[in-house]
Amino acid sequence: MSEKKLMKGNEALAEGAVRAGCRFFAGYPITPQNEVPEYMSWRLPETGGTFIQAESEVSAINMIYGAAATGTRCMTSSSSPGVSLKQEGLSYCAGADLPLLISNIVRGGPGLGNIAGAQGDYWQATRGGGHGDYRVFVMAPYSVSEMANFPHKCYETAFKYRLPSMILADGILGQMMEPVEFKHPEIDPKNLKEPEWAIGVNKGRPKRMIGSYDLREGMLEKMILERVKRYKELEAAEILYEEKMLDDAEIALVAYGTSARVSTAAVKAAREKGIKAGLFRPITLWPYPKARLAELAGRIKKFLVVEMSLGQMVDDVRLGINGRAETHLHAKPGGSVITAEEVTATIENIVKKGARKYAVVK
Amino acid sequence: MQLLNKNPQSLTDQLMHYCPGCGHGIIHRVIAEVMDELKIRNRTICIAPVGCAVFADKYFNCDAIQGPHGRGPAEATGIKRTKPDTIVFSYQGDGDLASIGMAEIVHAAIRSENITVIFINNAIYGMTGGQMAPTTLIGQKATTCPAGRTARQAGYPIRMCELLATIDGAIYLERTTVHTAPNVLKTKTAIKKAFQNQIDCMGFSMVEVLSMCPTNWGTRLDNPSEAAKYVNDAMMKVFPVGVYKEPQKQG
Repeated sequence: MSEKKLMKGNEALAEGAVRAGCRFFAGYPITPQNEVPEYMSWRLPETGGTFIQAESEVSAINMIYGAAATGTRCMTSSSSPGVSLKQEGLSYCAGADLPLLISNIVRGGPGLGNIAGAQGDYWQATRGGGHGDYRVFVMAPYSVSEMANFPHKCYETAFKYRLPSMILADGILGQMMEPVEFKHPEIDPKNLKEPEWAIGVNKGRPKRMIGSYDLREGMLEKMILERVKRYKELEAAEILYEEKMLDDAEIALVAYGTSARVSTAAVKAAREKGIKAGLFRPITLWPYPKARLAELAGRIKKFLVVEMSLGQMVDDVRLGINGRAETHLHAKPGGSVITAEEVTATIENIVKKGARKYAVVK
Repeated sequence: MQLLNKNPQSLTDQLMHYCPGCGHGIIHRVIAEVMDELKIRNRTICIAPVGCAVFADKYFNCDAIQGPHGRGPAEATGIKRTKPDTIVFSYQGDGDLASIGMAEIVHAAIRSENITVIFINNAIYGMTGGQMAPTTLIGQKATTCPAGRTARQAGYPIRMCELLATIDGAIYLERTTVHTAPNVLKTKTAIKKAFQNQIDCMGFSMVEVLSMCPTNWGTRLDNPSEAAKYVNDAMMKVFPVGVYKEPQKQG
């Protein structure tokens, strides 16, 4: 278990999912996540699992809908345009309370955009994306090791609260190589209890139905409110974040994924220049660590959100801080990589020159 | 006293919502009888479509799933591949299967998924109120072609059995109709074959069933007997019944 392996982010994600019990994968090729289906195509058969290259992302998510309905730990992966295509199916999965894992190795958008890493799908991931009132448990890794280890938490949470889970990474995390340590014991799904809702061979129980509709008056509302109870329990128990050098910080950077890596370097550079900077890194994007941000805003009066999108996560930061502190934004859309130097310059600009609130710096 | 007939065990007691003269109720019963006779009820999974048969998940007395419009064959793939011991059937209408779900049905056949598809072709969108279907006949009226379908404006009706017969993975394709009692019996024989193929792990089977929609076929055909005549006089000319593909005999 403590053995370290050099792995590519996408392959670590796939291996992590298999070790977390994934036995069915359906997907469609799209850059920059092709290593995920490629890896699954040989790895899953080794475990007795099934890999299918679907005819489209639409079909892939509906294969997942079927596989998840049998209680199987299953996964689909794609990148931004493909994840857009999966939104209908994701809404059905959420409406039918099905646990599953979907990964979005985000690229530049909108439209065909480009194939560089980006963070422009934050709203889609955390606000729904598909139709209707629903939530998806979203985790944002910032290292190849986290790519490898987050599928475990995603499945555990998805099955406990019965909702889809998502790993929101980007093309940089998917393509980079780092040493990986798999921290969780490998799960053999044969040893897992069959969920009491799963469809399959019936050995004498009442029939089971999987679906998301109820046309009777008031019944859909009831169904949704029952689900909301589980969302609330999840929000109370499963929020994850990381704090770096915040104890004495005069300015807190807030960033996830690749932006958090850049921000870590920027925080160090700022400290070398005598600015007390720190980093707040949300690990779960839904539920979002708003309450912790509110606490921090009691003593830190300047926040700088760094994101590779035009200012999406900044909404959640503002909701958390709720006017208690200044919120600045360093935003870069279109699959361009933010450099630590430019973030450091922004920090200096805010702390030393008193740049105005909400400034979009880049 | 001898009991000659009874409700199939594979149907629930739920009152069906189908209109008088509709073919769905007949086809549901035929499927349920086949499930009883093959003794597969306890391992059968029904995939309900979007359309008039959306409530099929409640009518069949087996595990069931209801999903997005047209995606039944993809759902079936996910279920059958993860639980190979189940018997999976996707019940779909013409809008579901031949329009929005065209990619899913074709590729399930290409992969020769070991599933059974029951395709109800009544040449109209029923649940949404009588819009043109991919199988609506030339000249047939619908709410989105009120003067009748023209090839120039909307193209031609699609023949799914003929289309799928070009695919190696489709091992059994038959078109039947339920507008007369003898044809209902033929439909039952075909559906039984389509399930038996799955039990025998033969691959992709589909039965296309021509069916009546007195409610949405317009005032001239708004009684069941006229609607049945329309199947015979008009639909069967465009959609000939018969076997389009059969499993190759061994040895």
